Amino acid sequence: MSTLASAYTPSTTGHPVRQVLARRPELFTLMLLVALCAFVAAANPDFLRLATLFDLARASVVIGLFALGVFVILAAGGIDVSFTAIAALCMYGVTKGVVEFAPGLPLPVVFTLSIAIGLGLGLVNGFLVHHLRVPSLIVTIGTQYTFRGLLLTFIGTIWITTLPPQMDDFGKVALLTTTSSQGATIILPLFVLILPAVAVLTWWILRRTLLGRAIFAVGGSPAVAERLGYDLRSIHLFIFGYAGALAGLAGIIHACSNRQANPFDLVGSEIDVIAAVVLGGARITGGTGTVVGVVLGTLLVVVINNVLIMAGVPSTWQRVVVGAFILIAGAFMVNRRRA
Amino acid sequence: MKGRLDPQLVFLVLTNVGILAAGAWASGGVFIDPYNLQSMASQVPELGLLAIGVMLAMISGNGGIDLSGIALANLAGVTAALLVGGMISADDAPLLFSVAFGITAVAVGLAGGAVNGLLIAGSGLTPILCTLGTQLLFTGLAVVLSNGRAVSTGSPAPLEELGNGTFLQVPTSFLLFIAVAALIGMGLRFTPSGIRLLLMGTNPVAARFAGFAQGRMLVATYAISGALAGLAGVIIAARNVNVKWDYGGSYLLIAILIAVMAGVKPEGGHGRMICLLLSATALQLLSSFLNFLDVSNFFRDLAWGLLLLFFLAIIRYDALGALTSRIGWRARPEGAPAAGDAATKG
Repeated sequence: MSTLASAYTPSTTGHPVRQVLARRPELFTLMLLVALCAFVAAANPDFLRLATLFDLARASVVIGLFALGVFVILAAGGIDVSFTAIAALCMYGVTKGVVEFAPGLPLPVVFTLSIAIGLGLGLVNGFLVHHLRVPSLIVTIGTQYTFRGLLLTFIGTIWITTLPPQMDDFGKVALLTTTSSQGATIILPLFVLILPAVAVLTWWILRRTLLGRAIFAVGGSPAVAERLGYDLRSIHLFIFGYAGALAGLAGIIHACSNRQANPFDLVGSEIDVIAAVVLGGARITGGTGTVVGVVLGTLLVVVINNVLIMAGVPSTWQRVVVGAFILIAGAFMVNRRRA
Repeated sequence: MKGRLDPQLVFLVLTNVGILAAGAWASGGVFIDPYNLQSMASQVPELGLLAIGVMLAMISGNGGIDLSGIALANLAGVTAALLVGGMISADDAPLLFSVAFGITAVAVGLAGGAVNGLLIAGSGLTPILCTLGTQLLFTGLAVVLSNGRAVSTGSPAPLEELGNGTFLQVPTSFLLFIAVAALIGMGLRFTPSGIRLLLMGTNPVAARFAGFAQGRMLVATYAISGALAGLAGVIIAARNVNVKWDYGGSYLLIAILIAVMAGVKPEGGHGRMICLLLSATALQLLSSFLNFLDVSNFFRDLAWGLLLLFFLAIIRYDALGALTSRIGWRARPEGAPAAGDAATKG
């Protein structure tokens, strides 16, 4: 790997390890993840139990789906903070609709409905970002409050604690089972497979299609991309639509996984997701990043959020740790460009 | 600029008058009685100070924004309450306590803002990512320091006076806010540093070739923004007697909304303090009006979100300029090419 790196970037100087990291920042993420896991495992061997790992896998699905959506937007030089509001609206709106109007609706239809609503709201984002020509952060802060306000004002505020049976069952279908230290049976749900599937799809779109080229081109320089003939409008619609659809999917999975639909859930976790993407090596100014990095970044954030307490770090420190990681990783990515 | 009317300013004045009139009509006069006006005015400063911080960061250009404002305000309040509360008794030495509290909180804000500025200028982090990170960091530190609990500041007389007192019928906190806003507004418009900041936001490349000390200007801008957040923390403490890490959940959106409504351009180089003040009061009037109509908090969030998008559209299509020139006011001629520039830049 190091010979490849030096062959392709003869101008970079410094230690070979630095050169490899400069070309493949996700290796840095991997090192952080391994180091963190080793630290937690050394402090508390329970970390390596299957039950813990199952919990981590389960927790990674929703945040990972969000992160893949955000990554596609970030690759094109934008940012989105409204996806959690989209997910909450899809989750609660669809669940409530199914409970009240169509309790027997087949599961695939439920999922399609949620994804379609997410897609629609994402397209609204894309349309506004394209036509208002202001930073997408400000537009999506506006739509975040709009979507959430719509949900809580017009759809409902009451927890749905009993899901329709088809959704409830879906959350319980096991891929693997194990027994916890207390003797309870713990399952690895089947839906964890959705994350790798969507990751492969995202990788394929970004690396194997013309659309993917266009997304990275726009992220590198919108002006140049437009002059090359890429249609900015369809790219904006696609990236925000895709992130919206993934948010819809993540929302309905969140409901199935928790076996309840709480309209106040999800909103507030945006920073964790953006942290996951940035920790995975995607630059916030666009044009870079890999799907593998995003998945590693997701695992890193999930580990920080879920098991620091196992290593004896009080849960009050969680935000400080994630915040510090964002700043360190962000500064590292910037310096990579200079190296 | 003399003799020409800024359409944004005209619009904001009309909005303020319009909401006041609507409120007075709907409430049969209660809305504009002195007590209600006082109560509304005393709610403006917290958000207004944070909005000035957002405005300064936006003016500096290059994607400048400060998302860490309310987090820093809470951290400043929590730190000051714990630190000063641990050394000085609010009951025995109210004046000393209040002064020390104010100084500590503003100093924490200044330091936090300087961290933002140093990270942005020094390590080249984008303002969005940097202030997102520090937002989490500041909130996290406030949680760690206070263990997630509310910290009481007690109510020593001077702090109480700042929070709830009035001077010549005007709330003290509002007067303080106006004084700070006037100071910064004049600095922005009449001092060389202020003018350089506006120029840097308009064209960072030209500013670099003109030899501006951009790094120092960025650090100063974010440090001032942080100090304003610290001051907001003092006012929050004075008004609520308690400080807590999660106070003001939707303040970030509202502070950005105030700045955007005031015509501050997110791409930098443009912003007027008088418009910001009027924008802050208009939003407070609207908030109180919605409150009066007994609308739920959720609906209010919806309204703020839609309002933000609406104003982004107005600025984008220069709707105010078009409107005022149609009904006979002359829009500033230099406004037109500036808007065109902005449109091609994105």
